[in-house]
Amino acid sequence: MLLFLPLLIPLLTIILLLANSKNLRYQHFISVSSVVGQLIVAIAIMRKVSLVDIVVSQVGSWEAPAGITFLADYTSAILVLAVAIIAVISIFYSIGFVDKVRQRGGLFILYQGLLLGVNGSFLTADIFNLYVWFEVMLISSFVLITLGAAKQQLRGSVKYLVMNLIGSSLFLAAIGLIYSQLGTLNMADIALKLQQNGSTPLINSALMLFFIAFGIKAAVFPFFFWLPASYPTPPIAITAFFGATLTKVGVYVMLRFYSLFAYINEPYWQPVIFVVAGLTMVFGALMAASSYDIRKILSFHIISQIGYMLMGIGLYSVIGLAGALFFVVHNMFSKTATFMAAGLIRQFQGSYDLKKLGGLYKARPLLAFLFLIPALSLAGIPPTSGFFGKLFLIYAGFDAQDWTITIVALFVSIITLFSMIKIWNEAAWKPAPQNLDQESVSGNVNPIAFGASIVITVLTLSLGLTVFWTFGYFTEASRQLLDNQIYIDAVLNSVSTNLN
Amino acid sequence: MNLIMAILIGALYTTGVYLLLRRSIVKLVLGILFLSFATNLLLFFTGGLTALSPAFDDGTITDFSVLSDPLPQALILTAIVIGFGLASFSMVLIYRFFKETGTVDLDELSDIEK
Repeated sequence: MLLFLPLLIPLLTIILLLANSKNLRYQHFISVSSVVGQLIVAIAIMRKVSLVDIVVSQVGSWEAPAGITFLADYTSAILVLAVAIIAVISIFYSIGFVDKVRQRGGLFILYQGLLLGVNGSFLTADIFNLYVWFEVMLISSFVLITLGAAKQQLRGSVKYLVMNLIGSSLFLAAIGLIYSQLGTLNMADIALKLQQNGSTPLINSALMLFFIAFGIKAAVFPFFFWLPASYPTPPIAITAFFGATLTKVGVYVMLRFYSLFAYINEPYWQPVIFVVAGLTMVFGALMAASSYDIRKILSFHIISQIGYMLMGIGLYSVIGLAGALFFVVHNMFSKTATFMAAGLIRQFQGSYDLKKLGGLYKARPLLAFLFLIPALSLAGIPPTSGFFGKLFLIYAGFDAQDWTITIVALFVSIITLFSMIKIWNEAAWKPAPQNLDQESVSGNVNPIAFGASIVITVLTLSLGLTVFWTFGYFTEASRQLLDNQIYIDAVLNSVSTNLN
Repeated sequence: MNLIMAILIGALYTTGVYLLLRRSIVKLVLGILFLSFATNLLLFFTGGLTALSPAFDDGTITDFSVLSDPLPQALILTAIVIGFGLASFSMVLIYRFFKETGTVDLDELSDIEK
């Protein structure tokens, strides 16, 4: 039952919110209580997983290969918890930041829809069910990205829509291929049958279709162009929430599919993943270095950092996978924090364009630090979480003697540092330009959004400082991923315990 | 029958990709629709529905193991419904796009961007 709460709470909230969508006070109250409820449930799941290792629920008590299974292991529990924390902060930030028209237009309803899809994707153990959760997530994100229908939003959303719909078609086609080959949709059952039959050529083509479909969602190398075109267009509160959830779900599914299905063909998949990971890192970082819009720079860095996560998946060792997972969580926090700080800078100085900004450190030192801390974390300066994330990945890379990808990862860190310093120099240190458009400069920031931004920055910092305490959870998660027999047994054998 | 279906699915995918590569945003949406039709058909035929293995028992069947797998039909039902939702959203989106920009040409999009 516990596993269904992260799905039932958003669903109920949507119904409650629809009942009175014009009353903003009502919307705020229900949304905040809903995300706080989800946070409590996520903590409860994490606690239960740390006691029993893996929690399995069979929907409607239908036995495993026939019915749909929901499952939380360490990986899922960590990610559900991280998303729940981000959701609480994002809701507060949005209350303070997003304009009233968009708030009345259903912003909070769509947030809950997004959370429903994200939680569902993390917890399900059935590939068709996963497809449905992806669509729930996608349709909410489509509406969120176009909400308000400003001209530039429509422009960005066309690319976003088309790429993601192509991805969905490929995903569905791959499900068809898997089903026709193995006659099952349950992820544990597929993994078991693949172990027994060995791999066939058609399985690899289905997995390649999956890889492309999730590659589009995660914005990896050849498929990333929709992200910088669409992410900077909606209000930045929405972008911050997107950056923490959507691409990360793509990475999570790749992680899961690699550990259950693709590892069988590791000699084939490892080079593919390394090449894609390396190119993703380099292209994202280089394109960020050449941009002058804060939102564009940060969006390109999302892409670059997806490359690091893929690298961890490709390494496929205890430290590598734990590092990748840690990097996902680090990125959720740091990225949200930088986006939120950028939004505050915009409120304060009226622009996202670095050429029009300046003098922030002199005028509002606290605001400047709110940006600096997560930015240094993204670049990987100790003692921030980004440093530890990269440390684990690079350690794993040297350990596995995959020199090329490791050196590329180190090199990309320097470019990342360069563009973070560029934002810092231009926005905070450079004297304010004279020809500032005085009308758009409010000189104020919203206190609620400011508070939310402080909280996320503190969390980002503490993720790095408490790493020796939390890293046990991440290594535990990666042990479970490496030994997929645990997953298979948990899903397929929980039947007997249910029936007895 | 299987060969005809394979060719049909291939043709639908080809049409979809061709339309996606056109400049008009209307053709873009049609291309997405074709892709989803092709995928639905592909999914449908994973159930192994042929003349020898029918989908339903009309009272004449004695060996039930010849019946084709009914699950893909349930799957495409879900997929079709999701496809409808996405298609209607895309239609509304391109309508708003046209009203805002006054064009259906995607190449003019990049000019507006500057």
